[in-house]
Amino acid sequence: MTHNEHHQDLAHIRGLMERSTRFLSLSGLSGVCAGVVALMGALLARERYDALLPGTNFPRARSMEGGADAYAGADVLDAAWDLVPLAILVLVLALAGAAWFTWRRARRMGQRLGDASAKRLAWNLAVPLVTGGLFCLAMLGHGHVALVAPATLVFYGLALLNASKYTLDEIRWLGLSEVVLGLLSTVWVGAGLLFWALGFGVLHILYGGLMWLRYESPGRDAA
Amino acid sequence: MIAGLNKVFESRVRLGIMAVLVVNDWVDHAVLKDLLQVTDGNLASHLAALDASKYVQVRKRFVGKRPNTSYKATSTGIKAFRAHLDAIDELLNKDLRQ
Repeated sequence: MTHNEHHQDLAHIRGLMERSTRFLSLSGLSGVCAGVVALMGALLARERYDALLPGTNFPRARSMEGGADAYAGADVLDAAWDLVPLAILVLVLALAGAAWFTWRRARRMGQRLGDASAKRLAWNLAVPLVTGGLFCLAMLGHGHVALVAPATLVFYGLALLNASKYTLDEIRWLGLSEVVLGLLSTVWVGAGLLFWALGFGVLHILYGGLMWLRYESPGRDAA
Repeated sequence: MIAGLNKVFESRVRLGIMAVLVVNDWVDHAVLKDLLQVTDGNLASHLAALDASKYVQVRKRFVGKRPNTSYKATSTGIKAFRAHLDAIDELLNKDLRQ
């Protein structure tokens, strides 16, 4: 056996290890789509708040006046609960869009959405994410509105970090960015919606666009 | 003479099977076939050879009404595979030094 053949063997082995564990068909457009949906949701939420709590310029003005305590007010809590259906709608739309773009790309690359790597990715993403979702509902249930937005960002970031072992490397950096943003937003709790829009909207569009340019755009380098 | 290279791994299909099995738990026959792009018969004969060397474990069972065969690398198999890779590594490095 020649040395060149040994090199080929090693490349073959490395490729198979990678392909059999990682779900590489994740589409960048999934991220862009989720980001756009999230931004629209944040805008709607902002308007809804202005309508429900006129003059308070929620959430900014209230928190600046009264610190985090301002969030304990019953009207604010009602407004927060009022947003839960909208939040669920945003989540469903974002997931549906993400699934569609990734399904399309997987089909092109000949990878099935039901294969072992896709299931592993979904499972590793879902466990921290569902935990975070239930935890945030519990916080709302106990009237702790202030830390809901930071908690969604932190849990989502940790879920991505966990799932990143089984998909494209960019997901790890997206996850870390979400965690950092989530922690930062605990300092400015009044601006929760703004941080939320940055994390779920802007970061998704940014990383999704980057992934698309790197792996999917027609003009990318063949390398 | 090449020290450390394992005769069992002389086929690229067998190397491929081991590569997939060392980084996964139980892997279905169909998944292996898909990843390696080989025919059923070809895959089966290589798996039989690996099984004879006690490098893989075979599990046959029914999932619903369908028969399902999956494979897992044994610790002997993982050790042998690592040793084989080390030998290739050694060989290529020796070549660089000369």
